Amino acid sequence: MTTGGAPQITWQPSALELDRRTHRRKASGRSVLIALVSTVIFAVVAGTLVLSSPGWDSVRETFFNLEIARDSLPKILEGLWLNIRVLFFATIGVALLGTLLAVLRSLRGPVWFPLRALAAGYTDLFRGLPVLIVLYLVGFGIPALDPTQRYPAAVLGTIGIMLCYSAYVAEVLRAGMEAVHPSQRIAARSLGLSHAKTLRLVVIPQGLRKVIPALMNDFVSMQKDVGLISVLGAVDAIRAAQIVQAQTYNFTPYVVAGLLFVALSFPMIRLTDYVSARMAKREQMGGTV
Amino acid sequence: MSADTDAVKPSSASAPRAGSPVLKLEDVHKLFGDNHVLKGVDLTVDAHEVVVVIGASGSGKSTLMRTINLIEQVDDGRILLSGDDITEVRVDVDRVRARIGVVFQHFNLFPHMSVIDNVTLAARQVHKVPAAQARARGVELLTRFGLGEKVDTYPDQLSGGQQQRVAIVRAILTDPELLLLDEITSALDPMLVGEVLDLVRSLKDGGSTILMATHEMHFARSVADRVVFMHQGRILEEGPPEQIFGAPREAATQEFLARIMQR
Repeated sequence: MTTGGAPQITWQPSALELDRRTHRRKASGRSVLIALVSTVIFAVVAGTLVLSSPGWDSVRETFFNLEIARDSLPKILEGLWLNIRVLFFATIGVALLGTLLAVLRSLRGPVWFPLRALAAGYTDLFRGLPVLIVLYLVGFGIPALDPTQRYPAAVLGTIGIMLCYSAYVAEVLRAGMEAVHPSQRIAARSLGLSHAKTLRLVVIPQGLRKVIPALMNDFVSMQKDVGLISVLGAVDAIRAAQIVQAQTYNFTPYVVAGLLFVALSFPMIRLTDYVSARMAKREQMGGTV
Repeated sequence: MSADTDAVKPSSASAPRAGSPVLKLEDVHKLFGDNHVLKGVDLTVDAHEVVVVIGASGSGKSTLMRTINLIEQVDDGRILLSGDDITEVRVDVDRVRARIGVVFQHFNLFPHMSVIDNVTLAARQVHKVPAAQARARGVELLTRFGLGEKVDTYPDQLSGGQQQRVAIVRAILTDPELLLLDEITSALDPMLVGEVLDLVRSLKDGGSTILMATHEMHFARSVADRVVFMHQGRILEEGPPEQIFGAPREAATQEFLARIMQR
């Protein structure tokens, strides 16, 4: 079957089929056109409404000042670089801690009860706490333990973000592991694999695959929440924007920072969509030919 | 659509429904990429007829079933359901599917619904039958097929054979014009095959029109009005079961039957 030659029979689409194809092409062209027209109409209406509002001139001056945008951009970019570094380390930490928590929660048997309860308590606590409160508690609480020592706000912020997101990720991973059919676990155990090996070689790889879109969604969410470390004084993109805003009494820097965060998350959002669509397609290929 | 596409005579869209076969396939092709899975299939199923499709795995049986139910779009040819061209581009696929009952190899019951909710779902949601009436009909059919005690249980409490019988009731509750049964016993414990096939036999006696793909040759022999042998995407041979099983003409048919019978 590897020879890519022409099929044995020569089949040409009949006039009937060509007719159908033409019709389908026309129909899809029509729906593209409708979508295009409705989009343009919506944009024009929305644009007209905003631009004709009485306060538009002052809003444009305060939020969309190109000059201030240009001047503040280098500082905000510098701040964004800190966000990216924080994101990098937080991602690694979340992956490790999240997996550990998920595995602890999946342990069976009474011996493991304390660890299981600890992991359950942890995820309950940190999923319930607002990120901002965690950041305050970590950012101002930990340094207070040893007033002689100074910790960079960015490091404390990273820890705070990690604590919160590892709880979410752990729950997503656990859901994925539980979604792996029990027969897979039984098959692995009957081959003589230990509980740990069963998890590592059979359950986690399959479970992970099931929850990749959910995990990527958490990542996108974390990508913007790293901006919250600005409340601890770390000069990230938001903090940099705030400094410029305080000097100029103009909110444009926030808009710039916001756009940069959107740009940062955009590739990941598209990738998430792509991966979800591909997985959905694979799920549908159920039948034998 | 112009007249030059019409090779077969009574082919206008407003063909009389009475007298036309329940199902008619005309030169149906299906390709998956370069893989030519159906290479021009012509098939007719008349009212109250039970046609059994046999053939090796990969011969195109399942794809054939899926094109009839419009799960797969045909790449050429036409499919007529009681005279209506269901491969016509403007056709409402949901309405076509509502006229066809399908039973799958793996039952595909909805695990979050009770048995009665499973079997009455289409009646209630698609055919707008009042809930009480749908339930009465569901209970009646379930009881007739020995599932009267399972009405309010959930699929995971049933055996495979019971699940498949529920799936059949789900497919026939709305009195479809055509019943498609795609290897409905292949996933069952051999002990449970009989109860499902008995149900199919009683559907035949009740006058249902059935197109069925199966590996159960003894059943095909005793129940089919006509047997169709598929080979490499084509119908190689068809005829009454006595002829196909007793005196197959084609070498491929002989070989297939020899292999499957020696099991």
